[in-house]
Amino acid sequence: MASPRMSSRASAYSALLPAFIVLAVVYIGSTVWTMWMSLTGSRMLPNNNFVGLRNYEILFSNDRWITSVHNLAFFGVLFVAISLALGFLLAVAIDQKVRSEDSWRSVYLYPYSMSFVVTGLVWQWLLNPTLGIQKLVRDMGFETFTFDWIAHAETVLYCLVIAGVWHAAGLVMAIMLAGLRGVDEDIWKAARVDGLPTWRVYASVVTPMLGASFATAGVLLSTSVVRLYDLSVAMTRGGPGIASEVPAKFVMDHLFERANISLATAAATSMLITVIAVVAPYMYWRTRVAARGRA
Amino acid sequence: MSGAAAMQTMSPPGDAGGPRSARPVRMTPARWGLYAFLAITAAFFLLPLWVMVVTSLKTMNEIRLGAIIAPPLAPTLEAWAKAWSSACTGLACDGIRVGFWNSVKILVPSVFISILVGSMTGYALSFWRVPGANVLFTAMMIVAFIPYQVFIYPLVRVFAFIGLGQSIATIVIVHTIFGLPTMTLLFRNYFSSLPIELFKAARIDGASFYQIFFRIMMPMATPMIVVAVILQVTGIWNDFILGLVFAGRENLPMTVQLNNIVASVQGEREYNVDMAATMLTALLPLVVYFGSGRWFVRGIAAGAVKG
Amino acid sequence: MSLQSEVDIRDVSVRFGNVQVLEKLNLKIAPSEFIVLLGPSGCGKSTLLNAIAGLLDVSDGQMWIGGRNVTWEEPKDRGIAMVFQSYALYPRMSVKKNMSFGLEVAGTPRAEIEARVAEAAQMLKLTPLLERKPAALSGGQRQRVAIGRALVRKVGVYLFDEPLSNLDAQLRAELRVEIKRLHARLGATMIYVTHDQIEALTLADRIAVMQGGVIQQLAAPKDIYRRPVNRFVASFVGSPAMNFIAGRVEAGLFFHAGDYRIPLAGYAFAGAPAAGAATLGIRPEHVLAGHEAGPDAIAAKVEMVEPMGADTLIWSRLPDGASLSIRHAADAAVREGDTLPVSFPADALSVFDDTPAGARL
Repeated sequence: MASPRMSSRASAYSALLPAFIVLAVVYIGSTVWTMWMSLTGSRMLPNNNFVGLRNYEILFSNDRWITSVHNLAFFGVLFVAISLALGFLLAVAIDQKVRSEDSWRSVYLYPYSMSFVVTGLVWQWLLNPTLGIQKLVRDMGFETFTFDWIAHAETVLYCLVIAGVWHAAGLVMAIMLAGLRGVDEDIWKAARVDGLPTWRVYASVVTPMLGASFATAGVLLSTSVVRLYDLSVAMTRGGPGIASEVPAKFVMDHLFERANISLATAAATSMLITVIAVVAPYMYWRTRVAARGRA
Repeated sequence: MSGAAAMQTMSPPGDAGGPRSARPVRMTPARWGLYAFLAITAAFFLLPLWVMVVTSLKTMNEIRLGAIIAPPLAPTLEAWAKAWSSACTGLACDGIRVGFWNSVKILVPSVFISILVGSMTGYALSFWRVPGANVLFTAMMIVAFIPYQVFIYPLVRVFAFIGLGQSIATIVIVHTIFGLPTMTLLFRNYFSSLPIELFKAARIDGASFYQIFFRIMMPMATPMIVVAVILQVTGIWNDFILGLVFAGRENLPMTVQLNNIVASVQGEREYNVDMAATMLTALLPLVVYFGSGRWFVRGIAAGAVKG
Repeated sequence: MSLQSEVDIRDVSVRFGNVQVLEKLNLKIAPSEFIVLLGPSGCGKSTLLNAIAGLLDVSDGQMWIGGRNVTWEEPKDRGIAMVFQSYALYPRMSVKKNMSFGLEVAGTPRAEIEARVAEAAQMLKLTPLLERKPAALSGGQRQRVAIGRALVRKVGVYLFDEPLSNLDAQLRAELRVEIKRLHARLGATMIYVTHDQIEALTLADRIAVMQGGVIQQLAAPKDIYRRPVNRFVASFVGSPAMNFIAGRVEAGLFFHAGDYRIPLAGYAFAGAPAAGAATLGIRPEHVLAGHEAGPDAIAAKVEMVEPMGADTLIWSRLPDGASLSIRHAADAAVREGDTLPVSFPADALSVFDDTPAGARL
């Protein structure tokens, strides 16, 4: 006969069973399998012929992959920087006791509720050179107006950035606004008594206090950058040419269309390493902050 | 009366003998600038929604001739009807309703199961000291950031091996797996914020593990359940890549079908039908968003905690 | 060396929407005076302080500080400094920077800033902590920094908004003494908000006891304690609370309750004593009990005895059922169930009329 204590513990394990299975099969099993396959000569079907790092050599001499990585870096820097800046400004603006605050907030945040596919298709339509914004402005009399970024390899990434910022700036705004609202009311009062101008309080006192909000928003945006797939697929299909290809799409195409598993898994492993490089310092910082909070 | 008020405004604040001074009006130009900034950015954010709606209500002829932002001259739901029931994806011309119902079939069980598993995991992790729990939790926190591409191929093989292949069951399990970190964290944080005495009292009263969970914890967690439902409904409805890979050809969700409809150009592209289909796909998240108000923000804040 | 400003609050009203928080309030504070605003939460004391600081707008009335009408001046221009309950230190700045930042923004010369910060730091024993961040300070140290940030402003009026209520009892006592010393040294006007009657009684030159947005009594601590103007003030100040006995005043000479009478000869009536229903109040330490009791003592039944160390608190019941607490010497040999003779010296009594406010007779 198990004691009641034992049965409680067994129940706790039973509740955690799905999570432990996921841990073993998905988090550990799949990751290791993916990493292993990147070291084999697998093509359409997986095999275990160890080839060392040959796939990585092929990968990093593959034009499409190199372009994808460049694109991602370019997109990522612009997207994260602009989203953070715009989201922060919006949060500060809304924090000025504006009228109908809820309506403004809803307007900035609603794009985040929609999928990247929807986002991509709407912006594809808006940026359509023949019938979209370019035509609109030309019809207004500015006949030499040109806004056909989506049709050119050199500029198509800006289009992805516009759509991405449109989708995510509201999220940054919401996180920043929560941070701003968390600032002790007395600090604002103290600053007023000290005679600090509002902009100075934001610059010297409040913004430094929002470190955690900036980090949270920055990490959320960065992970969505690495995951970038749907937006590129829906908006440009990687084109023109390979001008808007991204790593996630490279992996998917090589897995399911080009039947080159080893190359795809090598690419996926590279993505994994990149993410770990971003997330690990952040997690470390968070646990340190948490530990300091407890002390 | 109003004349007297005006007089008071005129009297300088330092006037010792004067009547009570009235509040001076402050910094109008700055306020104007502020509202101008808000309005301009709001226009940028609203433009796509507006264009999506008006385009879907126009005829192709009007689209070719008119401005993209102009309201429809004679609004018609023709494009909506076509998008719903007869738009083509490749050879099949059954409209996006197929994808809609597929998405519903995926959504309902996925939301229910992922929240059940996530809340139970969160509960077990917050109140019960189980060896390995810390490893589990840390792993989940990390995995929440890792791109799906790392897991996708092995999972495809695993599901093929256990005989599920590509199916509704597969995609439901996959959504549960990838929703697990966020759901667990959401509920763990919530349960951890409850007084531990509540749990101790229930144990002293002799309640079992599952009794405490279903009778005491879940009823208290209603606000978190609402947040979780909002997060999962929008997240799963908006998913593209997992549905594409795991649902199977017969069960492709609405987002995938939308993309296929827009991509399969046969003859002239019908932008009004495209936008109607896009609008239909965006409708559920928009309804959830505008219907839930501050709850959505709470959901984002709670989901953002993982970062 | 230091400025001393008069503060004159004239007919000030504050409304939030439809809620009237302060109603035509008048308060005149002399230069160098230490005024404590005392009252339960929601009584309007913090609202009044914030209005004086200019952190919230008055709906009506005028505010004069140092002979200037500052009703619509920005807080920085009013000649005030303020210390907050939550310290409100700038978290990412060092102690030194916290103190100097306001002056830097105001364009004060470098040397002057250095001198003021050094002086304030020395006065508050903060000199060794100047380079620390607030997170690395204890609660008491943080509050001293907050006081230092106020001091460097060198103004005529210092405002304190419950500055000690986030600290534990011992630190609170220490800082209380320090604030009192500071007042003696600076000679500046200080306005101090608290709900703690000990702080009020120990610090204040005058206490303004507030309730419902109205100053109930403005007087020196001793007078507030000995001669409360109404039942609210009587019951809010003093611990354990004043005893109240319901009864009647008879011909201005006796207080009649149940079947016993308490002589009122020697009680200083505010007006002509009239017969009628009334409430008698007496503080526990003013009750004469046991062999101290006078000739016309009343028999109180002892229900509970609480030894407090320095003295003993006796909870008893009078013949008509009214409860009576008595503060007695620590060595009192009194037990539960004993009958204790008690009497009430007329000069320690308070008699209130039977209106809802219970004004002093």
